[in-house]
Amino acid sequence: MYAQRTDIRLLGRQDDLQAHLHRHGPLPAGTDLVDMVTRAGLRGRGGAGFPTGTKLRAVAEARGRPVVVVNACEGEPISAKDHALLTASPHLVLDGVVLAAQAVDASGVIVCLHEGDPLGHTLTAAIGARREPVPISLQAVPGRYVASEESALVNLVNTGDARPTTKPPRPDQRGVRGRPTLVSNAETFAQLALIARHGPEWFRAAGTMLLTVTGAVAAPGVHEMPYGTPLPDVLARTRAARDARAVLLGGVAGTWLPTGTTVQLAHESAPLGVGAVFVLPARACGLAETARISQYLATESARQCGPCMFGLPAIAHDLTRLAHGTATDAPRLRRRLALLPGRGACRHPDGAARVAGSALTVFAADVAGHLAGRPCQHARRTHIPLP
Amino acid sequence: MAQRPRVDRIACRGHGVCAELLPELLDLDEWGYPIVTANDIPPGLRRRARAAVAACPALALRLENVAAP
Amino acid sequence: MISLWYASRAAGMLALFLLSATAVLGALTAGRAASDAWPRFAIGALHRNLSLLTLAFLVVHIATAIIDDYAGVAWLDAVVPFVSVYHPFWLGLGAAAFDLLAALLVTSLLRARINPRLWRGVHWAAYACWPLAVAHGLGIGGNDTRSPLGIAAVVACVLAVVIAVLWRAGTTSLDEQQRVR
Repeated sequence: MYAQRTDIRLLGRQDDLQAHLHRHGPLPAGTDLVDMVTRAGLRGRGGAGFPTGTKLRAVAEARGRPVVVVNACEGEPISAKDHALLTASPHLVLDGVVLAAQAVDASGVIVCLHEGDPLGHTLTAAIGARREPVPISLQAVPGRYVASEESALVNLVNTGDARPTTKPPRPDQRGVRGRPTLVSNAETFAQLALIARHGPEWFRAAGTMLLTVTGAVAAPGVHEMPYGTPLPDVLARTRAARDARAVLLGGVAGTWLPTGTTVQLAHESAPLGVGAVFVLPARACGLAETARISQYLATESARQCGPCMFGLPAIAHDLTRLAHGTATDAPRLRRRLALLPGRGACRHPDGAARVAGSALTVFAADVAGHLAGRPCQHARRTHIPLP
Repeated sequence: MAQRPRVDRIACRGHGVCAELLPELLDLDEWGYPIVTANDIPPGLRRRARAAVAACPALALRLENVAAP
Repeated sequence: MISLWYASRAAGMLALFLLSATAVLGALTAGRAASDAWPRFAIGALHRNLSLLTLAFLVVHIATAIIDDYAGVAWLDAVVPFVSVYHPFWLGLGAAAFDLLAALLVTSLLRARINPRLWRGVHWAAYACWPLAVAHGLGIGGNDTRSPLGIAAVVACVLAVVIAVLWRAGTTSLDEQQRVR
């Protein structure tokens, strides 16, 4: 038993292929990637936190020649980690992509980026520098929130329509051109590449994660920290304002938590989502932020499923009234929130219910005040950066 | 083999025929879309459940096999 | 054998009634008509049952016309339009209507197993099937469609279907208004 290395990092310094190989060493060959990733316990970094080993195995064992899809869109407005990673270490991501493609015997790889993303040039150059046997192509994705959902990416490649589809069948069974499709986040592939080099024990002991920390912090931006770092430590290291009361964890459709919550930021113990942490300034109103988020989520609905296309605008309307201190039917709002999870083709309505429900819990004192017609003084201005 | 009702949320147009035929298992929300209230179809309702599947104008209702725990 | 010929005319008139009723109920189903006494599943079920009854009388109408050798109509003439010796054009319209109805019925019976878009596309053909049937009846009907009762019957069918379709065109559901197709 030897001490695991603690100096291995995802984020490089815009490493070209040579610098990358110097930093990380050659790509390992002959590894049983599926086994290693399963033993490492890696969970996807695209938001759902699904065990990556399970997904790899499902794709490898399904009928048909697999396809690999890399989600590099970063459709989450308050996340920047994938862009930081692809700028700093494109070859680490591509290592993971190639290893995964080999592990499942994929016929090709499709890297998905939003239309007009300048990373397209970086990636095209990086792919060109490697000369891999498996074809790697780029796919432009419309810049809508749900367009980068797993089945939406597959639907885009198959039909040109970037909207989620009904599951079953899941993409790992039937995806691109009806074939088993591995859809994973860019960071997940980079983690794969490190696990292949350093092993599952290293990952469990010293694996890292990428967090995007924004809001009332002195050091905002993308931070790489040990996987499972407790929330208070994250706030201390990013020098969060001491009077901040709440954070939004996971993304705009994430979970509000009081800043004092002593939870470890790992998928196994917290609603980590895409690793986005928005620290609410003390003088901001959590209900106003949530109302603004709900409006955004409502406009981003694909409008394919009744409960979402009607439910999201309805709760956004109620939350806006609540934020302004106008008379609101709070019991009706709660009833509507309870009817969102699991009633759409994708998890968009679930996310809307999650952020609203956690707001009503965490800001319960404010709710009472707002319902009594006394909204927060600062409830008219919001801080969360939304398009 | 246990079965439960499953709605194809994209195909569903909110006709509400399913809830008419299977009120024991399905309610409708305020906009007319089905809420699955039971995760198991008792044997006595199997025939009516199959009729509901055939009666949906949008073919959005399915009966899904549930693996025993 | 002349009684078979009369049977054919009678069955044909009834088939036209039933096809019109089917079309009316189809419009009501699509337009989500419902009442306390007539919930949506009942309207849909009536639409489907009437379509099968239409087929039954249509089969009688066609079979008796062929078996009765008065007009020399062959079996092939019932499914291939415009090849008959007897009033090829007007009879041909009827054959076309029958073909469309057969397609409607087969796709609907296999609905769960075929591509939903195929079912929808063929069902839109219903808007062609009914006018063809009416035209066939008017053109080939002879004395039946010139009698006051005959005219009244056809007028009633046409009014019912036109009013039902216009009503349907004027309805819109919440879903239709919000959904992005």
